[in-house]
Amino acid sequence: MTDIFGLLRGNPGDPDYKKKGVIVQGITGAYGSLHAKQMIAYGTNIVAGVTPGKGGEKFEGTIPVYNTMQEAVDATNAKISIVFVPAKFFLGAAKDALNAGIKLLVAIPEHVPIRDTMETLELAKQKGAVVIGPNTPGIMIPELIKVGIMPPMPFKAGKIAVLSKSGTLLYEISDALTNSGFGQSITIGIGGDPVNGTRLIDAFEMVKDIPDLDGLVVVGEIGGDSEEILAQRIIDSGFKKPTVAYIAGRAAPKEKRMGHAGAIVMGTYGSAESKVSMFNKANIPVAKRPAEVPVLLAGKMEKSD
Amino acid sequence: MQLLEFQAKELFREYGINLLKSISSTNIEEGRKHAKELGYPFVIKIQVPVGGRGKAGGIQKCQNDDEFELKYPQVMDLTIKGEKARAILLEKMADIKKELYLSLFLNRSKRCYTIIASAEGGVEIESVKNQIIKEVGLGDVSDELAREVAKEMKLEGKTAEQFVDTLKKLSKLTIEKEAELVEINPLAIMQDDSIMALDGKFVTDDNSNFRHPELQKYQEKTAIEEQAEKSGFSLVELDGDIAVVGNGAGLVMSTLDMLSDNGGKPACFLDVGGGATTESVYEALTLISKLDRVKGILVNLYGGIVKTTVVAEAFLKAYENNLIDLPVFSRLKGTESEKAKEMLQGSRTNIFDSVEEAINAAVMGVKK
Repeated sequence: MTDIFGLLRGNPGDPDYKKKGVIVQGITGAYGSLHAKQMIAYGTNIVAGVTPGKGGEKFEGTIPVYNTMQEAVDATNAKISIVFVPAKFFLGAAKDALNAGIKLLVAIPEHVPIRDTMETLELAKQKGAVVIGPNTPGIMIPELIKVGIMPPMPFKAGKIAVLSKSGTLLYEISDALTNSGFGQSITIGIGGDPVNGTRLIDAFEMVKDIPDLDGLVVVGEIGGDSEEILAQRIIDSGFKKPTVAYIAGRAAPKEKRMGHAGAIVMGTYGSAESKVSMFNKANIPVAKRPAEVPVLLAGKMEKSD
Repeated sequence: MQLLEFQAKELFREYGINLLKSISSTNIEEGRKHAKELGYPFVIKIQVPVGGRGKAGGIQKCQNDDEFELKYPQVMDLTIKGEKARAILLEKMADIKKELYLSLFLNRSKRCYTIIASAEGGVEIESVKNQIIKEVGLGDVSDELAREVAKEMKLEGKTAEQFVDTLKKLSKLTIEKEAELVEINPLAIMQDDSIMALDGKFVTDDNSNFRHPELQKYQEKTAIEEQAEKSGFSLVELDGDIAVVGNGAGLVMSTLDMLSDNGGKPACFLDVGGGATTESVYEALTLISKLDRVKGILVNLYGGIVKTTVVAEAFLKAYENNLIDLPVFSRLKGTESEKAKEMLQGSRTNIFDSVEEAINAAVMGVKK
């Protein structure tokens, strides 16, 4: 099982406790540089960047840029990287990172071919690494580390874990949670693609044993069956923390891709009804709208008291 | 993208999968020529990128010229699940002994291709009984596995041989073209025990399009969808009257759900994407202005890295240029939303604090 907190925060006594190094792949591109700056502003310890052909440059005057991930990892010993390269070049960048010893790869690009994602995941498995995404907003421990593209305002440190396929719904729902006094211990963007490096059940395994976890929020959407599988896992594992779900796409027509490559209902496979009914079976209430999530969560907490 | 039957069959033919003789046409003059070439009896099949064609009357037997003249235009005029006919396929009538089901699909949770096969095909996959499910991995289906499936389906002799051959060809096609789903339903056993693909469904992984120029000819997009793609938006046209615009697929889907819950009918799903700029939102409004059925625009934005003021600017520019004269109902939240609200004060944009209020106003607004 992945010790995600060990990777992102470390343990007291580690020389880099609470300041784990992160390498940005594609740091000199428009998107990569914007978000590298935003992450630094949030407090993330960006230790290096990689852009082939730009080795030797300094990003923002201080952060060294390397040509390859091997050089960047050798110089910094970082275990985390975040990828901003165009989708076509994602597979190359991901292999470069995994072969260099990266253990947590956050894959931001949208439109990565499924075959490239699957090849990346095979290699990650061999190397014992975790991939978040592709097409993810990233992962964060609020007020400590952000490896992603989320805006800072919706999030506050706390004790609720939020897992979400969608980026903007993660912001929207975290905002609603924060405003109701529910800070977040961790938020994990699953991504909107058909194949996810960290599936909902994998993310659940990462967070379910957090010692002071008060609750879990799952933000799903139409397409695939990862919500159903998660609901079954929650039933089987006897997980008892208050849990609330939200599913986007109830009104979407069948057989149409709704913005995300993964958001498509084929027959009944991937339908909102199927997901809602499985969550109901797991005794997990499903909010009708984002604003309802904290209300249902508060209700669940009262009952469990 | 889901290919039409005749397009899927073009690919099947290229990979040597057995097919009946068939010809596609887009008008009755062409169709008449094909009818002569094929000879009666044949089947007239509507070409739409959705299932359930048979039930909707989109597949008709045809025995002679009189029937052809009657049925061809009938089938051509059908609309199935909102989809109009793209073409008509005439296909020789088949003498079938039995209908099987066979598909290869990308199994999202197992992260590999998976075979579904059944000796009881011809109905929609949800109703297919005794499904045989085999995970394949990322490579081709092996001879051994194909034989195992044939055996479990209780196929024998020539039929089993041809089934194994078909499955292996289907697997080669799926992997080489990076398809998300390839389905043959029904896969028929003919009177002479041979195997024949009577229908074909093929769903591509659009993200791999750049590696498959050969599939580009099947791309079918409305002018508006094409424009949207160029601008980096996701747009799905729907048949209601309220255009729904937002940033992020999840948020726009969620807005669509809430609008429908409150009695509104969405005219489109428009996700301006994470990197929205004044220009791109202006472009989005230009697209919406071209949709005749739209009576109002519902905007739900959560400004993160994208500032809501950037969006407000686009609206002001659109009003100034008389691009839109529709009422706009909007909820702007996040980065610089207070400033954005000020900017839009007194304009055509009605600003609401909650998405709920914006939706209710939009539903009432378009009824006027």
